Amino acid sequence: MLFEPLISPFIEFAFMRRALVGCLALSLAAPPLGVFLVLRRLSLIGDALGHAILPGVALGATLGGLSLAAMSAGGLVAGLAIVLLAGLAARGTGLREDASLAGFYLVALALGVVIVSAGSPGVDLMDLLFGAVLGVDDGALLFIASVATLTLVSLALMWRPLVVETFDPGFLRHAGGGGVAWHLMFLALVVLTLVAAFHALGTLMAVGLMMLPATGARFWSATVGGQVVAAVMMAMVASVLGLVVSFHADVPSGPAIVLAAGALWVAGLLAGPRGSLLRQRISRPHLAG
Amino acid sequence: MRRAPSPITLANVTVAYDRQPAVHHVSGTFRPGSLTAIVGPNGAGKTTLVKAITGAARVDEGRIDRGGLAPSDIAYLPQQAVLDRSFPISCLDVVLMGHWRRVGLFRRIGPTLLREAEEALEAVGLGGFGDRPIATVSAGQFQRLLFARILLEDCPVVVLDEPFTAIDAKTTADLLGVVSRWHGEGRTVIAVLHDHDLVRAHFPNTLLVAREAIAWGSTPEVLTASNALRARQMAEAWAESAAVCARAA
Repeated sequence: MLFEPLISPFIEFAFMRRALVGCLALSLAAPPLGVFLVLRRLSLIGDALGHAILPGVALGATLGGLSLAAMSAGGLVAGLAIVLLAGLAARGTGLREDASLAGFYLVALALGVVIVSAGSPGVDLMDLLFGAVLGVDDGALLFIASVATLTLVSLALMWRPLVVETFDPGFLRHAGGGGVAWHLMFLALVVLTLVAAFHALGTLMAVGLMMLPATGARFWSATVGGQVVAAVMMAMVASVLGLVVSFHADVPSGPAIVLAAGALWVAGLLAGPRGSLLRQRISRPHLAG
Repeated sequence: MRRAPSPITLANVTVAYDRQPAVHHVSGTFRPGSLTAIVGPNGAGKTTLVKAITGAARVDEGRIDRGGLAPSDIAYLPQQAVLDRSFPISCLDVVLMGHWRRVGLFRRIGPTLLREAEEALEAVGLGGFGDRPIATVSAGQFQRLLFARILLEDCPVVVLDEPFTAIDAKTTADLLGVVSRWHGEGRTVIAVLHDHDLVRAHFPNTLLVAREAIAWGSTPEVLTASNALRARQMAEAWAESAAVCARAA
């Protein structure tokens, strides 16, 4: 049967099923955040935050062993602290927020590597950076699903102000709709989702599932909602494809998923229905006006 | 209109950036329902002044009395808004933002509010543009869109910062029609402008600034050659190493 290689790994092996469910849950939560990061011109912030949570995760792992709770709590605290510090430094001094964040995350990354190398020998830096999707246990799965749920519900509740604030922050602030609070709540969701994703994909690869479908989404839709749907679908397809390829070709699953997302992004860039290279090349007769 | 306009009174207002005053000891009153142009050379503090009026800039000295109105009761169109015109949003959705004060976070935008938005689009000459992505409209059409949004905001005071810069004559004429409509409805309208002929033709009152208020009153009395000369001289006399201003507060 044609689709047999696509399905059989998930039928035969429980660890593959758990990996699939975890990645699909992340595919629901991460790409919508990525779409807003792209629209807010903060595409690289996800990357910075991915690095920023490393010292917290490493410290949690060193102090609490490789326990889910200790590593998650550490990552969350570190990520939120850096978002707040960078925001405060930027607003207090006029330093641009991306520059401020770059400074903080580089320090955090170096600190994380120092902690990992000085810490217990049981902590593997490669696992922290690139994840171990095939080792996702029930506890991690529950955590990922909870975070995905919280993220989706929060996004639904703050959708209107977030869209307006992304498009015209001055208008929202002037109309009394708030400003900085939405920005910080949004970044907190990004940190939370990255912390959940790192259990499956590692701190570095988690960003791939968030940003690649989001950057590809603009080749598929002309509305924010449409781009969110497109990004979620791409992430889900990438999750399935990546896991299957990783199973059959015996390559690490995190990078395989991100590579699959990358392939979908390139496909959209080349041939998507909106503004892709192919679309611009096809010369269709202009309309009568 | 949700609230009646009240006088906006500036009492000895100074706004400084890094201690350099951009607006220096300006006093006067925008009467309720008045239509006033703010003119002056580049760097004269026009934008800073309207930012102070709308609450977007902090007043260093003196005070602004908005007669009980909150800054959010003032509709404000910033200078050549630095908006991302490739943002994936439809024209209708941009105009609907004007309902923010009524619908807030969660309230439904029902048929009445939708019809108001369609009517606002019609009023600025963009009937039928609702579903189009903003990426497909021209700079002039985008400015019409922002005017439609202000129509929905329905504020007693409207402040426009250089609304007709880089806008063609037809669009300017149409948007001036919208300004007259606001004036006719009794709203207070304040607009920063450069074109003195346009000001003479359409704005009964003028405030000429060059950091300080050079003249404030009826347009023919304000826009004289001698006033313009004084404004230019004031704007050019910008001292890098000025002493601390000793004028009494």
